[in-house]
Amino acid sequence: MTPHVELKNHQRERYLFSLRLIFCLGFVTVLLAILVARTFYLQVWKHEYFDTMAESNRIFVVPIVPNRGVITDRNGEVLARNYAGYTLELTPEKIPDLNATIAEIGKLVEIKPKDLRRFKKLMSERRSLQTLPVKTRLTDEELARFAAQRYRFPGVEIKARLFREYPLSETTSHLLGYIGRINQQELDDLDKKGLAGNYMGSDYIGKTGIEERYEKEMHGVTGFEQIEVDAGGRAVRMLSRTAPQSGKDLQLTLDAGLQQVAEEAFGDYRGALVAIDPANGEILSFVSKPGYDPNLFIDGIDTESWDALNNSPDVPLNNRALRGQYPPGSTIKPFMALTGLHFDIRSPSFSISDPGYFTLQGSSHQYRDWKTGGHGKVDLFKSIVVSCDTYYYGLATELGIDRMHEYLEQFGFGKHTGIDLKGETSGLLPSTEWKKKRYQQIWYPGDTVSAGIGQGYNLVTPLQLAFATATLANDGVAYRPHLVKDIQHAPDEKPAAPEPLYDLQIPAEHLALVKSAMQAVVKPGGTAVGAFWGVPYPVAGKTGTAQVIGVKQGEKYDEDKVSEYNRDHAWFIAFAPADKPRIALAVLAENGGHGGSTAAPIARKVLDYYLLGKKPKPLQKVIEQAGAEDD
Amino acid sequence: MNLRLIKQRFMLHLDPILLSGLGALLLVSLLTLYSASGGNEMRVFGQLGNIAIGFVALWIVANMPLHWLMRIAVPVYVLGMLMLVGVALFGEISHGARRWLNLGFMNFQPSELMKVAVPLMMAWYFEKHEATLTMKNYVIATLLLLLPVTLILRQPDLGTSILIAASGFYVLFLAGLSWRVIIGLLVTAAASAPFLWNMLHEYQRHRIMMLFDPSQDALGKGYHTIQGMIAVGSGGLLGKGYMQGTQTHLEFLPERTTDFIFAVYSEEFGFVGNLFLLGLFAFVIGRGFMITAGASTYFTRLMAGSITLTFFTYAFVNMGMVSGILPVVGVPLPLVSYGGTSMLTLLLGFGVLMSIHTHQRLVKT
Repeated sequence: MTPHVELKNHQRERYLFSLRLIFCLGFVTVLLAILVARTFYLQVWKHEYFDTMAESNRIFVVPIVPNRGVITDRNGEVLARNYAGYTLELTPEKIPDLNATIAEIGKLVEIKPKDLRRFKKLMSERRSLQTLPVKTRLTDEELARFAAQRYRFPGVEIKARLFREYPLSETTSHLLGYIGRINQQELDDLDKKGLAGNYMGSDYIGKTGIEERYEKEMHGVTGFEQIEVDAGGRAVRMLSRTAPQSGKDLQLTLDAGLQQVAEEAFGDYRGALVAIDPANGEILSFVSKPGYDPNLFIDGIDTESWDALNNSPDVPLNNRALRGQYPPGSTIKPFMALTGLHFDIRSPSFSISDPGYFTLQGSSHQYRDWKTGGHGKVDLFKSIVVSCDTYYYGLATELGIDRMHEYLEQFGFGKHTGIDLKGETSGLLPSTEWKKKRYQQIWYPGDTVSAGIGQGYNLVTPLQLAFATATLANDGVAYRPHLVKDIQHAPDEKPAAPEPLYDLQIPAEHLALVKSAMQAVVKPGGTAVGAFWGVPYPVAGKTGTAQVIGVKQGEKYDEDKVSEYNRDHAWFIAFAPADKPRIALAVLAENGGHGGSTAAPIARKVLDYYLLGKKPKPLQKVIEQAGAEDD
Repeated sequence: MNLRLIKQRFMLHLDPILLSGLGALLLVSLLTLYSASGGNEMRVFGQLGNIAIGFVALWIVANMPLHWLMRIAVPVYVLGMLMLVGVALFGEISHGARRWLNLGFMNFQPSELMKVAVPLMMAWYFEKHEATLTMKNYVIATLLLLLPVTLILRQPDLGTSILIAASGFYVLFLAGLSWRVIIGLLVTAAASAPFLWNMLHEYQRHRIMMLFDPSQDALGKGYHTIQGMIAVGSGGLLGKGYMQGTQTHLEFLPERTTDFIFAVYSEEFGFVGNLFLLGLFAFVIGRGFMITAGASTYFTRLMAGSITLTFFTYAFVNMGMVSGILPVVGVPLPLVSYGGTSMLTLLLGFGVLMSIHTHQRLVKT
């Protein structure tokens, strides 16, 4: 370039400018092409991706929770129902100062310390963005008061919800169980099973009992509303709606009236009762005493009530009928008698002379009969009527434990009955193999002796014993015990009639002998004559007494209670009418002493009600129950 | 007869070809605004008002003889600079930026004036020294550019300062700034990038960061970009149909009538509609280049070229930002976005273009 003045060279200047302009033109063209390419990429190449994003932007899926199925008893009495109510729910993420907000709400709506405690517990186990009820079941007045001041409480909502209620409360607690708020673990489980979608919007899930076992049937299918929302999340319009399918109603085999009678019959005794229709396995009554109020659990139980239930020496949360394992005691004897007949070890006419004790050959150890001095001449019939221990010591010894195991197992001892409840225990029916496996020990002849009268290692659940009794009552044809009679279905469908599990093929004369002996149990000379004095229908029964070894490990020594908790458990099994049984049952009264004196009267009341429609005299303690509502 | 004369006089200094391109773009603007505002006529009438004012300015400038433009270059530039200093000292703060000057009767944004004043001043300067252009002249011209750009950058207003810097650079480039210097500047710019980065305000840095990964802050700073891209992409080949854009009408798109109006248009008219719109821009720019190529003086060539290229830059930066290839810098889509000031500045620029075109045509004939 020349620094000095130069004449204008228009030609050259124009030429240079044109070059620059052409360069600019190229530059512009390239950039425009980039824009075309970019919009092509976004609008054509990735269109589907962005379209999906735009759709998920605007479409919000709102789940519609289905109504949970209702549970009724066999006669249509409602045992679990839903009712509409309002709750006050908080979303903790949206509330800066939770305590202050709750205090403010407390000025409008009564929040009891119990509500607060429950809320704190829910806080500790909640899922994120979940709303938590601080107050359930608002009264109309509270509802109106809060609604007027709602604007002051962002993050607090009134929600209309269906609540679960168990009208019979404690009476049906152990069989119905309860629903409760879904926790994280249950959510993970649902996720694994691919059910999480169906639980969108559901807050509750069956936790125990029928509610847990039939969760799938009763929950129903969640419906969906597709709602178009704007950027502020406000609903603009509804795009589509898939109606929810209500959960199915369940009809139980239970007889609610019988259940109440049975529960009341226990009085202050702890224990369990299972009554079965022998002809089909339908469970007519399923009691575990004491019970608890399942309504407490629905919205999350507060810590105090939970501790009270959990730490009670009476363990009300334990389902004794399903999970309690006790030595069967003398109730095993009718089944032992059948075992002896089956293996031809005993004939009906064979009798022993009972000195009041039994000794094994080559040993001086005396296994005592419950009656000092013995029962004299005892054949099979009498052995059941008077519950002679000596007879069964000898029978067991001659049978050997493995033959006992083989035959008794067929009555369902030592294994699950297959009832439609979760958490059943299997009891224990010992054998040499079992002992070797469990204790790496050989079986001693002495073990067999006590097993013969249902002591030693033997353990049964009240359910198992009721099942065995029903099988015996039904002449060896077993039906799976079950609680659900019918699940709601289309009108043209018929529920399948229960099929027998198996037939033990017990010879008729064996059955007749044992059954007649059991009938004699409730007659003069029998062990349960007191309870069944003047009974108008034929009853077959058997008493039993299970020894309590002592206070269990880990339990506190309680001076007042120790004698009571150490007393023997009382058993009674029965079926009636003996000639054509409609009901078979097993009753256990914990620490009730002798079967004939405590367990048999309970059975009598239950049988009277079921067969005669006779209600027993009302008990005094019924009145106290009204106070339970408050807490 | 009389009417024809009036019409003839009215159209005398207007360029029908350029005018038709502008008209088409403005029509797109009105249509899209109606949809973007959710069927609000007020927005459309408001924009019509902006267009009317802009057209008056366009007509006046188009009818100005070229030497008038030369004459006002220095006073306008000086006035603009004074006002920029005024803004820096006593400006009104709105949205965290000091951009407005309260003149008592109206709020005025001096940086908008500088969009025209800076290239005008630089073109005037080069015209003055046309015969004896040396490196010194380029340095001085660059200073004339950098002074206002720095002031505007500090307001802070990244979008406007980039556009003014671009318009000034185009003048320098068309004035024949040597390639060696350009490449040297580019290298220097790259080297000083870290320093410039520190000069930027926090929100500007964020916006640039978000360009590289908008999903990083999907609900915060990246929201604009993501929603814009979703709107464009979901439009597809043919679009969702006029007034049917879900991103627009459910208000997921931010700044629908202003900076993000391109997303509204893209969503509803699709790729085909975009080709049409880009075609319109190309048409106007092409006509601008033609006028530039035909301009008779050094001053008019520089002015016309700078105006055309700045218009293109406007459009490219806006569409690039909405479609996610440039950071969100707050530049409206020229002639389409709602806005009085930018409409006025743009049409003023096109007025200059038409003046350049028609006055020399008259000279020739």
